[in-house]
Amino acid sequence: MYPPPFDYQAPDSLEEALAILAEHGYEAKALAGGQSLIPLLKLRFAAPAVLVDLGRIPGLDGVEAADGELRIGALARHNQLAASPLVAERCPAASAAAPQIADPLVRNLGTLGGSLAHADPAGDWGSVMIACGAQLVLASAGGRRTVPATEFFRGVFDTALEPTELLTEVRIPSPRGPAGGTYLKLERKVGDFATVGVAVSLELDGAGRIARAGIGLTAVGPQNLRAAAAEEALAGAEPTAEAFAEAGRLAAGGCEPASDVRGSAEYKRHVVEVYVRRGLARALEIARRS
Amino acid sequence: MEITVTVNGTAETRDVEPRLLLVHFLRDVLGLTGTHVGCDTTGCGACTVLLDGAPIKSCTLLAVQADGRAVTTVEGLIENGQLHPIQEAFKEEHGLQCGFCTPGMMLVAKALIESNPDPSEEEVRWAISGNVCRCTGYTNIVKACRRAAAQIRQAEVAS
Ligand SMILES: Cc1cc2nc3c(=O)[nH]c(=O)nc-3n(C[C@H](O)[C@H](O)[C@H](O)COP(=O)(O)OP(=O)(O)OC[C@H]3O[C@@H](n4cnc5c(N)ncnc54)[C@H](O)[C@@H]3O)c2cc1C
Ligand code: FES
Ligand code: FES
Repeated sequence: MYPPPFDYQAPDSLEEALAILAEHGYEAKALAGGQSLIPLLKLRFAAPAVLVDLGRIPGLDGVEAADGELRIGALARHNQLAASPLVAERCPAASAAAPQIADPLVRNLGTLGGSLAHADPAGDWGSVMIACGAQLVLASAGGRRTVPATEFFRGVFDTALEPTELLTEVRIPSPRGPAGGTYLKLERKVGDFATVGVAVSLELDGAGRIARAGIGLTAVGPQNLRAAAAEEALAGAEPTAEAFAEAGRLAAGGCEPASDVRGSAEYKRHVVEVYVRRGLARALEIARRS
Repeated sequence: MEITVTVNGTAETRDVEPRLLLVHFLRDVLGLTGTHVGCDTTGCGACTVLLDGAPIKSCTLLAVQADGRAVTTVEGLIENGQLHPIQEAFKEEHGLQCGFCTPGMMLVAKALIESNPDPSEEEVRWAISGNVCRCTGYTNIVKACRRAAAQIRQAEVAS
C-alpha cells in the first residue's frame, strides 16, 4: 500500500516548520514518528497536500529537569522515555507507561508529542499527562501558549491544537513532598491497545495525608478522561484502603466505556474500579519509599 | 527527491517519490527482497530492518525519512561469505519453518545482543514481542537467539 502523493518538507528548524504550517493550514500535517500517521495515509484516512517532517529539527527530543518541572520534548520517543533514569525518578507513572505502549519496534519510532496530538482515546500518554497535571506547550508562527493536559483533549482524535500549531514540549510539575505514581494497563496481548488503562499520581503532605491525587483513564470514553470525582474525594484525605476503594468506585461510576471486541462496558468499568484502587496502593508504596 | 541511504554499508543514492515506503525502496528499487511484507499495516514485524542499529518496521517509514541514515537488512548479516552466528543459530535450533518472519527476528536478535550480550529467555521474548511468527510457536526462535548470543560471547573471548 502506498500513501497518496504529497509535497514533502523536512525543515531543520522549528521556525521554518511553523512557517510552513502557517502557510498551508489544514492542507498540511506534521510527521513525527509516523506510527499513527503513515498507517492512516496508507489507508487513505488522511491525505494532506503537504507533509512536514519534524524529524530533522534538532532539540525537540530533550528530557530535562528545570524550575521545579520535568520537561520532555515532543519528539522524545517512547523507548527513550522508557529508558530514561530522570523520567523514572521524576515521573514514575510515565516510566511505567512507556514500555507498555505498542511493541518494541513501534516504540523505537513513536513519539510522546505524536501520541498526544493523535489523541486516540485508547492512547496511553494522555492519561499519564492528565494524572501528572502536565502542561502542554503549543507553538505557532504567532507565538506560544500553554494548555493543561486536562483541557487539551476535546474528543475522539480531537485536541486543542490549531492546524497551524505544533506541540513542542510537555511540562510535568515535580512533586514537593513524597510522591509516587504508576500506570496499569489491561491488554489482550502484548503490543495491543488498552482494553483499559489507569494512570495514577499521588503526592503526600508533611503529615502523610494526600496533598494531590491525579487519575487519568484510557479507553473508557471518547478521550483520555480525568477521574475528577475520585481526585476530589482523595484530596486532603488519609491514604487508606477504604479511601482508595471509594476512589475506585467513583472513577468507575464517572467513566463512559463502550462494549466492543475488547470487552463489555460493564467489564471495563469493573477493571477501572480495580485498577484505580491497585494503582493508588502502588503509588502510595512508591511515595513512602521516596 | 534525491536521497542517500547507507544500506548494509553501501551508500545508495536514488531519486524517489516522497511517498515511497522504505520497504519498497529496499525491495523494488534496490532488489533486496529479504525484507518481507506481511501485514503492510504495522502489525507483524516481517518488514523489520535496523535503522541506525535500532529495529523498526520498514513498512511504516518513508524512504525519505531514512535519507542520510544507515539501514541494515537481512542481506547485511552475512560476513565475507560466512553465515552470521545468528543465522547459524537459527539453522541449528530450527528457529524457522516457512521463514517469512525470520529476517525480522534475526535483525531484532542482532540489536538485542549488541545491547545485551547475555539476554534471558524473558528478555528475548520481550525483544521479539513486535514480531509475529505463525509457524514455530516461538520456542525455537528464543533458543536460537540465546544460542547466537552465547556463540558471539565465545567468539569475543577467543579473539
Ligand atoms: C501496532 C501499533 C500499536 C500501537 N499501540 C499503542 C498503544 O498500545 N498505546 C498507545 O498509546 N499508542 C499505540 N500506538 C500508537 C503509537 O504510540 C504512535 O507512536 C503514536 O500514536 C503517534 O506518535 P508518532 O510520533 O508516531 O506520530 P505520527 O504518526 O507522526 O503523528 C500522529 C498525528 O499527530 C500529529 N503530530 C505529530 N507530532 C506532532 C506535534 N509535535 N505537534 C502537533 N501535531 C503532531 C500528526 O500530524 C498526526 O496527525 C500503536 C501504534 C501501532 C502501529
Ligand atoms: S509488513 Fe510491516 S509490520 Fe507487517
Ligand atoms: S517461520 Fe513461518 S512465520 Fe515464522
